[in-house]
Amino acid sequence: MCGTCGCGSGENGVRILNPLDAKKHDNHEHHHHQAVGRSHSHEHSHEHHHKTVLEVEQNILQHNDVMAARNKGYFEAKNIFAINLVSSPGSGKTSILERTLKDLKKEIPFYVIEGDQQTLNDANRIAAINIPVIQINTGKGCHLESDMVYDAVKKLDIQNDSILMIENVGNLVCPSMFNLGESKRVVIISTTEGVDKPIKYPDMFHTSDVCIINKIDLLPYVDIDLEELKQYALKVNPNLQFFEMSATTGEGMENWYNWLKTQKP
Amino acid sequence: MHELSVALGIVKIAEDETKKANAKKVELIELEIGTLAGIEFESLDFVWSSAVRNTVLENAVKKIDIIKAKAKCVDCDTVFNINYLYDSCPSCNSNFKGIIQGKELRVKALEVI
Repeated sequence: MCGTCGCGSGENGVRILNPLDAKKHDNHEHHHHQAVGRSHSHEHSHEHHHKTVLEVEQNILQHNDVMAARNKGYFEAKNIFAINLVSSPGSGKTSILERTLKDLKKEIPFYVIEGDQQTLNDANRIAAINIPVIQINTGKGCHLESDMVYDAVKKLDIQNDSILMIENVGNLVCPSMFNLGESKRVVIISTTEGVDKPIKYPDMFHTSDVCIINKIDLLPYVDIDLEELKQYALKVNPNLQFFEMSATTGEGMENWYNWLKTQKP
Repeated sequence: MHELSVALGIVKIAEDETKKANAKKVELIELEIGTLAGIEFESLDFVWSSAVRNTVLENAVKKIDIIKAKAKCVDCDTVFNINYLYDSCPSCNSNFKGIIQGKELRVKALEVI
């Protein structure tokens, strides 16, 4: 079984795809991870039963942390501002990304890594706006890990002084544990979700720097109190910075753009 | 189900350390997991048997030391037990706190033969 995505066979393994040459890659599967080493088959001719205690004291996610540090070093060296976009499925990550890229691509060089279990759909949407993009299909995996991002970044060939948007797999639980080496983590919640989502899924809000509240154009039709939502989020993480917007109408995007411009290296 | 990734991370550490020590297999593995580490113990148990199959951990006893989370209030320095990330300081009600323990996710020791 693959240690990163939990897949049992090549059929569901992690694939890192460029939508521009997806056809070439169609039958080409990337296994970024060897199956975890199997038990040794060497036999001892005599049995020795003395026990040894190994004081290991090792962080279980050490491999992910090391690779994340490697990504971070690469981003810093090339002056790349990397954002890890996380949310439940359907909060509007891709729509916010599309609108942002369309509106700012003349001012800022952007690169995108898309994470989904299956399909090239999101990468195709980004490629349609002429932004370099790599799709990671995690197979059965429920989150991106730093070594997948490492492989994708190598394929993107990012120029200095740019912004890298990493759209994580839609999931408000698992991605919170996996640092990708990002500069900032941005969690998105939409007005059609419950106000108490931040305390239902506290880890994600605790580890994020920015919280985008999307779909504010629907406020007249939904029963949600944004102040209450923010209070819940601030209980989990008092340092969160909020942006309210609608990726559909463009309302409120300006503040987000100004923030991006000030973060850009 | 990130517990599977975690279980496979544990297997990798056990395989590497057992090999380094020229041992054959693990009899006992001791883990340290904090209550705010984001691990569902039931999910970890659920994936454990398939994760350790055909590895040095296959017949190992798994012992988990659960570390109860503690936080220190940034505003008044009170150290308190915390059950949820959104718990406020019991003395001054501030939400600004540093987690001082409870995020641990470690392989502490292996007993190998």
